[in-house]
Amino acid sequence: MEIGLNHYLVLSTILFAIGLVGVMRRKNLLLLFFATEILLNAVNIAFAAISHYYGDMTGQMFAFFIIAVAASEVAVGLGLLIVWYKRHGSIDLDALTTMKG
Amino acid sequence: MFEAVAFYLFAFLTITMFIITVTTSQALYALTALAAGMIFISAFFFILGADFLGAIQIIVYTGAVMALYAFGMMFFDTTRSVKEKQGNKFIITGLSTLAAVLVVLIVAAPMVSDNIVAFYPAIDSMGNTQNVGLVLFTKYLVPFELAAVMLLVAMVAGIVLAGKKMDRSITLTNDAELEIEKNKKVLS
Repeated sequence: MEIGLNHYLVLSTILFAIGLVGVMRRKNLLLLFFATEILLNAVNIAFAAISHYYGDMTGQMFAFFIIAVAASEVAVGLGLLIVWYKRHGSIDLDALTTMKG
Repeated sequence: MFEAVAFYLFAFLTITMFIITVTTSQALYALTALAAGMIFISAFFFILGADFLGAIQIIVYTGAVMALYAFGMMFFDTTRSVKEKQGNKFIITGLSTLAAVLVVLIVAAPMVSDNIVAFYPAIDSMGNTQNVGLVLFTKYLVPFELAAVMLLVAMVAGIVLAGKKMDRSITLTNDAELEIEKNKKVLS
């Protein structure tokens, strides 16, 4: 059986749904970051598949930039998370609801 | 035939790994499963002929991002589990699936309409890496430079945020000592 573009798009949809379930269900901020990585990777698969099946390099270029954005997001986000943990001693999402300065 | 076998095998493995990441209560298991899933995703890139992207995926995600997470986890007390409030699982799963299908439809509907042509077509006589270099350093040079500046800014931000008070352990000093130090600082 020939694997077409639709197979990859369906796979990308499934992975994106898993990532969204993670974002909505988890209360641990570290696992929220993991779920974000899953979302970005699902989109990357779709970009690479479209790039392959249309013979165009643009999809791969966008995948590269998404990887760069993901790397810098992790660096800044983990720094913020460490600062938050030093202040409050927990990485619970529900503890993040106060906005006192 | 082999392509189909590889696709279904790696699709199964990737989905399993990411489900473990999302559902497990241990942060270390989640980290390991996520790293494995990233490696399996790079297999799709190799199947699709995007060799350079697959190599970058392995190097950046499992090499850099996962190492960063592993080092970041040393700052947290991950053994203390975060209390998970369980809502209605079916509503969450249904909403997620709906949103994911919508996103893919929005992105893929213009592609399926079949009237797009390749903007920067891949040249068959060159390898994938050569094609990537050709397009990246001609058409996408400005975004490439901007991405470099963005990574530099992110590096500085990470060092500034995480590097504060690195000389003091946050778990071994108790609250009383911290108060004394704060008072000292106020007095001086």
